[in-house]
Parts: sequence; C-alpha cells; structure tokens
Amino acid sequence: MAAGDNTTTGETLSAALAAKEVEVTCFPEELREECDALRARYETPRAALMPLLWAFQRRYGYVSREMERVIAEELEIPLIWVRETVTFYTMYNQRPVGSHHVQVCGNLSCTLCGARETIRMIEEELGIAVGETTADGRFTLSVVQCLAACEEAPMMQVNDRYYGRLDRQRVREIFGGLE
Amino acid sequence: MSAPKLLSANFGSEVSHRLDHYLERGGYDEARRVIAEVEPEQVIDQVKRAKLRGCGGAGFPTGMKWSFIPKGGDKPVYLAVNADEGEPGTFKDKYILTYEPHMLLEGMLICGKAVGCHKAYIYVRGEFDLPIERMEQAVAEAYERGYLGADVMGTGFPFDVVVHRGGGAYICGEETALLESLEGKPGHPRLKPPFPALVGLHGCPTVINNVETLALVPHITRLGADAFLKLGVESQGGTKLYCVSGHVNRPGIFELSPSVTLRALIDDYAGGMRDGAKLKAVIPGGLSAPVLRPDELDTEGSFEGLKQVNSMLGSAGLIVMDESVCMVEAMHTIIQFYAHESCGQCTPCREGTGWMRRIVERILAGHGRAEDTANLDSIARKITGTTICPLGDAAAWPVMGFVEKFRDEFEYFCKNGRSMVSGEKVGA
Ligand SMILES: Cc1cc2nc3c(=O)[nH]c(=O)nc-3n(C[C@H](O)[C@H](O)[C@H](O)COP(=O)(O)O)c2cc1C
Ligand code: SF4
Ligand code: FES
Repeated sequence: MAAGDNTTTGETLSAALAAKEVEVTCFPEELREECDALRARYETPRAALMPLLWAFQRRYGYVSREMERVIAEELEIPLIWVRETVTFYTMYNQRPVGSHHVQVCGNLSCTLCGARETIRMIEEELGIAVGETTADGRFTLSVVQCLAACEEAPMMQVNDRYYGRLDRQRVREIFGGLE
Repeated sequence: MSAPKLLSANFGSEVSHRLDHYLERGGYDEARRVIAEVEPEQVIDQVKRAKLRGCGGAGFPTGMKWSFIPKGGDKPVYLAVNADEGEPGTFKDKYILTYEPHMLLEGMLICGKAVGCHKAYIYVRGEFDLPIERMEQAVAEAYERGYLGADVMGTGFPFDVVVHRGGGAYICGEETALLESLEGKPGHPRLKPPFPALVGLHGCPTVINNVETLALVPHITRLGADAFLKLGVESQGGTKLYCVSGHVNRPGIFELSPSVTLRALIDDYAGGMRDGAKLKAVIPGGLSAPVLRPDELDTEGSFEGLKQVNSMLGSAGLIVMDESVCMVEAMHTIIQFYAHESCGQCTPCREGTGWMRRIVERILAGHGRAEDTANLDSIARKITGTTICPLGDAAAWPVMGFVEKFRDEFEYFCKNGRSMVSGEKVGA
C-alpha cells in the first residue's frame, strides 16, 4: 500500500512539530473563492477533492482529521471519501512535517550512483535517521521512489525543489542556504 | 541517424515555454488549420498512417486508439493526458512540460478535433513543482489570448484544459487508476472491459495519452504522415525520446530515430561507460522491462526491436549497469519498489510482491535457501496474467528476467551467504 509514508502515526509529535498544529473547525473564508472555482472546474464535488486537499496543505502544511471533516461538509460528500483519498496518496501529510522535507531517491538509477551512501551521509549531516524530524522541527528526512530525475542521480527533493549530483559538500551548501 | 529534434530543440531554454516564443516558431498554426479545415476522420487517418505509437509504455497505435471513440454519441468525450511519469528510469515528459507546454496543448487541441472532445485534464505527478507551474502558466496564457476557451482562435471550437496535480502514487500512471484519481478517488485500477474509450472519466468516452505522444501530433499534421513515418522505422513513425541513466558518462535525454541500436545509444550518445568500466546489464524500457545482457544490445531501439529480444521499449528509460553491480542487490531495489506501489486490490500482486521482497531480503542477509532462486521465478510466473492491471506483470517480468539471465549470482548468494560480485553479504 502506497499510503502514509510521510506520516509516522502512533509516534508522539516533538514539541516543535506540535507547535505547528492548527485548529480548523469551520471552512476557512480565505479558501472559499478557490473552492468555488474548483467546484466549477470539475464535473463533481468529489473530483474537486484532490485539488482542495492541496489548497489546505499549501495553507496549513498538512491535512488534519478536523480539516477532513470540514472539507467533507463543504463538498457535501461522505467523510470516508475524504479519508480514503488522504490516506491513499503519500503526498498528503496527515500531521505537521519539518519546515524542510528532505526526500532522497532510493530507486535503482540513484542507487547505482551511490544513493545508499548519500542517505547515510545526509543522516549524519542532519543527525537524524530516515523517517525522523530534527528536534527544532526544521528538517524531516524520507527516502522516496524515483523522482523522474535519474539523469542527475543521486538526487533529492527538498520541499518544491530538486537537487542532483549530491555529494557531502553540495549537501552542506544546500542545507546551509535554507532558512 | 541525425534525426530532427521535433520535441527537444528547446530543452533547457529560458524562454521556450512562453506563448510568444512558441508563436514565433509557428506555434498553434497546425491546431488552427486542423480545427478550421480538416475532418476528424482525416486527422485520425493521418495519425494512423504516420504510425505514431504511444510513448507511455505500451506502444499502442495512437490513431487506432482515437478511432475507438464513438462518433456522435450524446455523452461528452474527455481527454486525459498522462503526465504522471512514474516509471523508474524515465524523465522525459518533465522536459516537455517544462520547456514545450504549448506544444503539448497544441497536440491536445488536434486530438480534441479528431475525437470530438472539448475538455481535457492533464494529470501531472505531484512532485513536479516546476513542470506544474510552467504548465499552469501556459494554460493561463493560452486562455488569455484565445488559444483555449469557448472559441479557440475564432474557430467556434470550444476546448477547456485543467491541470490536475497527483498525490504521489505510481499506480496512478496506469490509465484507469488515473481516471479514478481524476474523480477524486484512491487510485485503484478498474477491470477492463469496458475500456476507457467507451466508459472512461465520469462514465464517458475518454482518450488517455502520454505527454510525448500528444506533443508529437502537431508535427504529424505539419510534416504529413509519410514524412513523419520516414523519420522512424517501418513499424513506428517519428522520433523518440530516450532517457539514459546509471553507469554512463553522460546520463541524459536523447531524441533519436528508433532505428538507433541500444549499443549506439549508450556508446555514442550517452558517452559510453563511466570510468571505462565494463557493461554488465541494461534495463531498456523503465524498471518493468526485462533486463538485457551486453550481447543483446545490437537490437533496434523500437517497440518491435525490443520485442525481438523478449523485452520491451516501454517508456524508453535505459538503466545501465556496470560489472560492479550485484544483481541480487539490484533485484531488491526493484522488488521493494513494486511491493511498495502495489495498490493491494489483487491477491497475487499484493502478496506476491511482498513475498518476493522477503525472499530477496533473506538472501541478502545471508540466509538464502537452496530453493529460493526457483521460488522467485515460480512466484513471478504465478502473478503474470492474474491481476486487474499490468502492475502485477510489471513486477514479475524483471524478476523472471534477472533470475533467467543471472541465475548463477542468485544461486551463489543462496549457497555461500554472500555476493558473488562484492564477496559480502549486504543485509537488507
Ligand atoms: C503500473 C503502470 C504505470 C504506468 N505509468 C505510466 C506513466 O507514468 N506515464 C504514462 O504515460 N503511462 C503510464 N502507464 C501506461 C498507461 O496505462 C497508458 O497505457 C498510457 O498512458 C497510454 O498513453 P499512450 O498510448 O500515449 O502511451 C502505466 C501503466 C502501468 C500499468
Ligand atoms: S495488479 Fe497490483 S497494482 Fe494492479 S490492481 Fe492489482 S493489486 Fe493493484
Ligand atoms: S532513480 Fe532516482 S530519480 Fe529516478
């Protein structure tokens, strides 16, 4: 099952991540216009669900259980439809993640070009293991599948940017340049 | 072999994604002409004669696919563009979305005319931030200037385009899973038949094509079917984008005639083997394609050529491995991918991929059993042909190929508890 990788459930959130939790109990006015536009663009309310989830994640960094309920009510669809979609797709965060989500590719082309050593090196640089978040809430580290940038192996994605041909010096420069 | 660069001439450009730049190059002329002057049947016939083959993986003849859409039905017809680009080793559609988004839109308009479709979705993999941004910008520009919308270029032809962002699931590249996802559901592939040409998005007739396939379409109508066919080989017209990665000097993307041999692709275009190492194996068409040995590389890089060596061109992503690679380890990387991406609907795929992964992990840890090599092969064989979608086959083929062609490495690892190549156990 492809679900849930970006979200280690069961583990308690560090204080830094817990501080990023937001309470959303009714549909946010600031997303109403976008929501209406999406509903007009798609054939059914359910089809507007994925882009609406993206809008929530862009705004809040993740999609909480409460947000799922708010979305279901707004689209007038059963809550389970929202739940199954949120949990099926790996890119919807079900809890807050570090400010910089470091996703290192572990597929074949990258592995041929040293991804395994790269992952170990990044663990060292950040002082955390794959699946963890730094205590200050800045970095979350994951290993992901092929990101369609095998020509730049070994490579990683940090939030919305791709970085290729990684070695220790380049990784230090990249991390050093982030806020 | 110096094929013209129909798609890739502007890859890397700072400006080619802008509408004005595309117009300066004669952009949208073909869409305008075809929408205003050409009959749908003629367009389909031209695409058939040009022998355009789908670039998403299966190589299905595009003209034939379009001809399956019922004519004059009362339901709307949809076009779903497959920009999910999830097949490991493949990175070509990203370049088209980033550098030639208008070429894709023009191909979509021509397809729309051919099949009577007025609404299209572009399903882009969720991780592609820059390509999505470029594509959205291109769609916005095209709407603003009348190349999309209620009256495309004053022809009276309406055409709407929505860019849809995926959620990070390989299976959504499978065409029916993609449709489910466009409906807001989890990406569980549908049983076929009915085929999407009759019952697709929201139960309506739907064409699903890959990005590269559609971006080639304006070149077919511009050059004519015969000239387009001549760029390729007898069974497959036009140029092809090849992605080469792994142990080569110049990994990257190459637009060539499909008459190119895999050996030339690696040696002449991708700069040969890195550090002068010796070539050991090539996966020719994305991770799912059965592996080839060095003595099988003089084959033509076309859909038919790869069939002759019992592999497939697939998404034309070549993964090149040198002699330092332990094939049992490589197998582990491959099988953990499929075990991870199986959607779980079919027992053979869900259980079989996990089972094969556990066997490979046991071998890597030094606890392989004498029967493990044979078991891998037999589990893989039992998956093929028994599942809802081809992911099951896609997981089984590489296992069968690896075990057949590198059996000695698997048996050695099981017997001696360490790799024949590195002399070590790996521990998964
Ligand atoms: C598991 C799986 C994953 C696939 N992933 C992709 C993909 O990422 N991109 C793509 O264009 N086709 C992909 N395909 C192939 C599509 O199902 C479909 O055949 C293709 O989009 C049709 O377009 P074409 O005829 O232009 O090739 C995949 C197929 C399977 C079984
Ligand atoms: S073959 Fe695998 S991925 Fe395809 S529908 Fe069955 S379980 Fe899902
Ligand atoms: S294998 Fe790493 S980006 Fe493709």
